[in-house]
Amino acid sequence: MTTRRFLISRGTCCVSAGADRVADALETELRKVGLGGIQVKRVGCPGFSQLDPVVIVEPEGLLYAEVRPEDAPELAKSLTPGGQPVERLFYRRNGEAVPRFADIPYYRRQDRVLMKNCGTVNPESVEDYVEVGGYAALRKVLTGLTQVEVVEEVKRSGLRGLGGAGFATGRKWESCLRAKGEHKFVICNGDEGDPGAFVDRSLLEGDPHSVLEGMAIAGYAVGASTGYIYVRAEYPLAVRRLRMAIEQARDFGFLGENILGTGFTFNLQIFQGAGAFVCGESTALTQSIEGYRGMPRPLPRPRTTEAGLNASPTVLNNVKTFAAIRWIINEGAAWFAARGTARSKGTALFSLTGKVANCGLIEVPMGATLREVVCEIGGGVPGGKPIKAIQTGGPSGGCLPANLLDTPVDFDSLAAVGSMMGSGGMVVMDEETCMVDIARYFMDFCKKESCGQCPLCRLGTVQMLSTLTAITEGRGKAGDIDLLLELSEAVARGSICGLGQSAPNPVLSTIRHFRDEYEAHINERACPARVCKALISYYISPERCVGCGLCSKECPVDAIRGERRQIHVIDQDRCTRCGLCVNACPERFAAVERQPGQVPANA
Amino acid sequence: MSEEQLARLREILAAHEGKRGSLIPILQDVQSALGYLPEAAMPHIARHTGVSAGQVYGVAGFFAQFHLKPRGRKVVSVCKGTACHVQGATRVMERLEEHLGIKEGETTPDGEYTLESVACVGCCALAPCVVVNNDDVHGRLDPHAAVAVLAKDK
Repeated sequence: MTTRRFLISRGTCCVSAGADRVADALETELRKVGLGGIQVKRVGCPGFSQLDPVVIVEPEGLLYAEVRPEDAPELAKSLTPGGQPVERLFYRRNGEAVPRFADIPYYRRQDRVLMKNCGTVNPESVEDYVEVGGYAALRKVLTGLTQVEVVEEVKRSGLRGLGGAGFATGRKWESCLRAKGEHKFVICNGDEGDPGAFVDRSLLEGDPHSVLEGMAIAGYAVGASTGYIYVRAEYPLAVRRLRMAIEQARDFGFLGENILGTGFTFNLQIFQGAGAFVCGESTALTQSIEGYRGMPRPLPRPRTTEAGLNASPTVLNNVKTFAAIRWIINEGAAWFAARGTARSKGTALFSLTGKVANCGLIEVPMGATLREVVCEIGGGVPGGKPIKAIQTGGPSGGCLPANLLDTPVDFDSLAAVGSMMGSGGMVVMDEETCMVDIARYFMDFCKKESCGQCPLCRLGTVQMLSTLTAITEGRGKAGDIDLLLELSEAVARGSICGLGQSAPNPVLSTIRHFRDEYEAHINERACPARVCKALISYYISPERCVGCGLCSKECPVDAIRGERRQIHVIDQDRCTRCGLCVNACPERFAAVERQPGQVPANA
Repeated sequence: MSEEQLARLREILAAHEGKRGSLIPILQDVQSALGYLPEAAMPHIARHTGVSAGQVYGVAGFFAQFHLKPRGRKVVSVCKGTACHVQGATRVMERLEEHLGIKEGETTPDGEYTLESVACVGCCALAPCVVVNNDDVHGRLDPHAAVAVLAKDK
């Protein structure tokens, strides 16, 4: 039976929401009520970021949400003899309290395999990891399996690279195992550069040892004795946890020389990325470790598995892919492959964000539908508003409309409708998100991140951005949509790496599924989502205005006229569309409206 | 570079193997020690790693993390990830620009603040968010609250 204790999550989100202060306060308060012996255990992020910081009470499994340090005395008292649970901190769904962690629909509908330890294990303690079966897979491999057997097991599991491309992991390892080379390398790609994705970060912060274990197994399987973990410099907490984990694993003999007395040597180093999205591409990543600009190697190039880092055979996998390995070894390939679809095995991990009620990390079997993820687990758009689009795959992916909600989440199904799995970002958009603006946003990102060596990527993204910007600023012309389609093809075909090849995807998918929105911008000079400043106007409804004057006081450019207790009017020529008047108008009047397009001259 | 800066630079170089593969870790250490990468440091780094100063400069210029000019004591980064974008990051940036009297990418004349954007800090549930000095994340902001973050920091 689990002992009585508090669990408190300490991921980046949780810490910025105040988790450390809550943990300290809990310890102080427990001592005050004479329960200093009860542990406040720091764990990784359990993933329901919306509720951060979260405190869980074991063994009952009670979950307290959005806990503040001020709540600590009450929580400490609840554990004293005769103490009662603190009901006001329970998670509520549709007004009803759900006291137990396991009953919360957000968790109940998930299938947490890779994230199982996130939220229960202390990521800063190797003992804790070992207690839940950590490094057993490494031991099993080193003491009982040949290299070929490991590769075969991974092949049988059907695991495909979870960084987005979906290449069969076992085949990659096999190719590296067969490649000849004095030195071989294993690299973990933690350069999670997609805006809106934080699955890799949470795994590295919440369960770093599972990634190290997967890498060491890969090292054994392909015959590599050196590994690198490439982490974004924007993830300082992940870097600290990894450093600590590597050191502890070394002390316990799970890394370093003569691992577990088997003679196998595997040394791991952290390499901090210096901020370049293109380094998610394998040859750009290895170039930057070698001390060069992170530019993909020209075509034709050898496979990374044959000539990667320092021209040596190299296995490069994503964080999630390595985290899956221990499960495949411990539970067997068949166990892993029992989840998922015919061609996508195992689970899919997403960071679900944007206009969604339950933000956070989600793990479901491959093949679950977008509806299950976004509506059932995610709770849909707050306030029950309709979903307009779901974006996956970040700047390389696409926006899917609500009528495709029944699309299964797997590599092939998402690609078939013009999006992709990507590395884990899933952003929900509602009616107030403009699809042209989103396409422009991603193109701006790709333009900045283009390494510049392929002219069609370097110049094409600039051209596409300027066309998209013109459309959002009301300067769109007939023929712009066709121009964007033509440029999309040119950029995709004229680029040597994934960045350029997929940069047009957000544009293509929004034109494919939301063409009418582009047309409204161009032909009617109106932004239906009321986002693009040049294509909206603010208007005071004469029926609802009571002439209180609050809006005109707030207006920074003095564009609102009207005597007290008389209907107010916005001077459209002066108005800068900052929107402050909407906030200023008391909710009970709600007289200021944001409208798509221009207000007719006679209004 | 001052004598003190030079001494720090020598210390950092001594801690790294003299090979091309050390280049990015050296640049990272120098930046974290000195706050930026002074042009005068390039030839020293070049000699130590065995590449030309131009190549060092080329690598430093390629990556977003490296800065060739001194930055403010407080670096305020507005997250422009997708989740932050759809939740109003643009308005947060506009308000901070107005408040600090500088544009994105600039530093206040007193050297106190640098205002930047960052592609995504991965705290999407806290969108929109702002990070101060790479480590201190403030989330669920609106334009007014973003200004309050700076006030709290003083």
